Amino acid sequence: MAMQDGDECNAELEASNGQSTNQWVTSWMDRKCCVKLSVQPSRGLVDEKFIILVRKVFPGFQLTIQALHTCDHGHSWEAFSHYTANATGTVNVSEDPSLGGTYSGVEPMGLLWSLRPVPGSKPGLRMKKINVQTPMVVKISVYQGHQTEGLVDQVPLAGVVVERWYMAPGVVRIPITEERLSATLFLPSGPGPFPGILDLWGGAGKLVEYRSALLASHGFAAMTLAYLSPKVVRETGKMVDDTYFEKAYGVLERHPQILSSRIAMLGFSIGASVTLRMAVYSQVIKLRCAVCISGIHVQPIDRPVVQVLSYFNDDAKTQVTKENHVISRNWVLPITKDPSLKVDVGRLQCPLLLVVGEDDQNMAAQESALDMKEMMERAGNSHLLTVLLYPNTGHLIEPPFTPFVRFSNFRSVKLPQMGMALLGGEVVAHSRAQEDAWRKTLNFLKESLYGGTDSLSRL
Amino acid sequence: MLLYTWLTDWRTYTDSREFTVPALLCKHMFSSLHRRLSTMSHTVPPVLSVVPSRALVDEKFRVLVENLPPGAPVTLHSLHQSEDKDYWEAYGHYISDERGAVSVADDLSFGGTYTGKEAMGLLWSMRPVPGSRDALRLRKSDVCTPLLVNISVYSGHVTEGFREQTPLASSITERWYMAPGVQRIVLKDKGVGGTLFIPPGPGPFPGVLDMWGGGGGLVEYRAALLASHGYVSLALQYLDPNALKSADLEYEYFERAFNIVKEHPQVIPDRVGCLGLSLGANITMSLAAESNVVKPRCGVCIGGGHLFGRLTNLKDWMNRIPEGLPVDENNHERWRSVCLPIPEDPSLKLEVGKIKCPMLLVNGLDDQNWAAVECADDIAKMMRAAGKEHLLTRLHYPDAGHLIEPPYSPHFRASKFKKVTTKRIVILLWGGQTKPHADAQEDAWNKILSFLQQHLYSNTTPKARM
Repeated sequence: MAMQDGDECNAELEASNGQSTNQWVTSWMDRKCCVKLSVQPSRGLVDEKFIILVRKVFPGFQLTIQALHTCDHGHSWEAFSHYTANATGTVNVSEDPSLGGTYSGVEPMGLLWSLRPVPGSKPGLRMKKINVQTPMVVKISVYQGHQTEGLVDQVPLAGVVVERWYMAPGVVRIPITEERLSATLFLPSGPGPFPGILDLWGGAGKLVEYRSALLASHGFAAMTLAYLSPKVVRETGKMVDDTYFEKAYGVLERHPQILSSRIAMLGFSIGASVTLRMAVYSQVIKLRCAVCISGIHVQPIDRPVVQVLSYFNDDAKTQVTKENHVISRNWVLPITKDPSLKVDVGRLQCPLLLVVGEDDQNMAAQESALDMKEMMERAGNSHLLTVLLYPNTGHLIEPPFTPFVRFSNFRSVKLPQMGMALLGGEVVAHSRAQEDAWRKTLNFLKESLYGGTDSLSRL
Repeated sequence: MLLYTWLTDWRTYTDSREFTVPALLCKHMFSSLHRRLSTMSHTVPPVLSVVPSRALVDEKFRVLVENLPPGAPVTLHSLHQSEDKDYWEAYGHYISDERGAVSVADDLSFGGTYTGKEAMGLLWSMRPVPGSRDALRLRKSDVCTPLLVNISVYSGHVTEGFREQTPLASSITERWYMAPGVQRIVLKDKGVGGTLFIPPGPGPFPGVLDMWGGGGGLVEYRAALLASHGYVSLALQYLDPNALKSADLEYEYFERAFNIVKEHPQVIPDRVGCLGLSLGANITMSLAAESNVVKPRCGVCIGGGHLFGRLTNLKDWMNRIPEGLPVDENNHERWRSVCLPIPEDPSLKLEVGKIKCPMLLVNGLDDQNWAAVECADDIAKMMRAAGKEHLLTRLHYPDAGHLIEPPYSPHFRASKFKKVTTKRIVILLWGGQTKPHADAQEDAWNKILSFLQQHLYSNTTPKARM
């Protein structure tokens, strides 16, 4: 199919006049060759946006853009969308609307947050990066036409590979085992010293590193702590109590690269309940600020906080959907008036950010947030409180562009067997909430931890 | 000392990408820092960010410092340790604004290794730190790993002793030659030495034969970068400075190399071009003008010429560089005059009138190694006489030297060179002044990519536009 210089012109002319197969194949090769797909940046942090551009197709050309990812657990995730090229033969995913697929409308990052397990996968999968030192690798491809299935059997017009990193260059990962803690500390690049964050996950139990890695990429020394089934629990058979968290705080406070007076706690789900308790009651932990995502203040104060859910478990209040997903939000409703059963947030002395999904089916975070607001208004410290309440948003509010899951496998502290918990939320609203909440969380942390009266800028 | 210790940390990070240090060891390493800062333990340092933190070497970045006092004099500093273990650095003097911020892309540098508004000055103005070995050249051998640059901000307008001071903040940025998904394939058993780089995606792609100059060896980074831009590229090794025999190479070696690219299953056979620097540019011109076997779709010639006739064999060519060449005041050899005056005798020149494809000539007006501009003028004359001048585009950059490399790489006026024929190490004068040379590299690369895009990717041919 080698052509001499002149034939190409002729091929184009003849294309418009009807063409032989050979020339059609040649001009198809030309068209295929011409398609330019680019993703900028090709290596970004997971919370950075990218711009996907398809260029040099014919005006009005219909195409499908597909994203494919194999997660650390070995499962395949896919997203795709339909576009029509404009008059200059270009598709810009940040500006043009998707006409269908796993998302629609103008969604610059839709190919990431609408990723879902490929047909035939196990139900209830959740994407979690286990090894945060390697990037999440996503293949982005362009196919001809508006297609919904069978893409894997076709040859795309073009394809690129995109890396999404949790760790910025220079971020250091340090496993912490002193004081029998199960934790990982992430230090930002540079000499420091840095503000610190104690980062707590929820009912998943295992040590989850990716949010702390990302926080360190934004200039915070962040330590993620396993507390539901860390090594010490497995060895002693006993649940951790408050001193476990105070020891973790101590590690941060004593660290030479961390500013001891600028430490925050960030907790998700049960981690949020821990955060509230420590912020109010601990004599050791002095927080500069606190962030609670999808958490509740209802808990038995005189018992280990990790028992918060099991204490309130009530079969009578458990709802199960027709798909057999467990809704546990009602366990703590109505919110108790008994002060020994909820954190007295009227005594809080640092700024508090609450991030809540209105459709949280796992915990009654919205009702809890309302009750906390009332308590703080009565106590006169409600100026410390900021509540971000997101419609149609579920329990699992993750860093942005993480694929949405409406229900997930979990083994709760209370339920020894695996079940499916309904987490709630609707994909588009929930994904918007993740993006907005993360940005506001980072701003809140920056203001509280980097700003304030003793910052360099005021000297 | 402290900074050096800290620097060693991140080198460990680069080596293994897994870096675990018990918290106690951390404490020991930084105890002196802790003591120094304990009086300032409530003071929050400024925040330095480089966006994007990971980028291709030809992409721009934005360096931003925030949380400084307003109106504060600060120094932005870059540090890189090369694969040869030499340290390169650059720095600029800035003043923070009323919000306590410095943006390198928007603000002016008032001193240092660069001045003015220079978003990428911290890269292209790098030079070896004081006390380094002589006549160094910065080149990356391992293209599978990124170039790591440490960007720091220091208090005050500092000009020396960066190593003895602790910066206020710093950040590491990665600069990559290979985009994600680019494949690197070392050629074996093909009768040709080199490395192929294949872009991600199904293809097929246009191809480029990429050739460096008389220094020899296998230099991969430009071919890797071209693959990151969508071209199957072959970094060709044709001169081994350690093997004299390699200079016996015949001309058909290059034709064979071209065909390896052309016949690759992911390459569109009639969209293969050549790109060469220095001697590689000569070879590019020769393949375009005189090969009966290969037909490059287009050619890019950087700092090269059309002299010495058809290259029957390289040793012959290399031997035409005489000994006892003129030196400058630093004892650096100037080879510029070797090919001057340009001969009238056509048998001593390539038959450039026979070129049938578009050619882009990129030259520095201060090229001290080759009289490339004079050659270019003569080439234009010959092609005009043959009615082929419309195929020629010439880019001539004032105060740029011989080594016009991909953008933002540092400039050096001279560096060590090992002559293949005699094995003698000399210091060659390349020419150029740093700022104009850096500008030339940036502009030339954009135009080279545009030229390749037009002739290897687009549908229209020059004929179609006449």
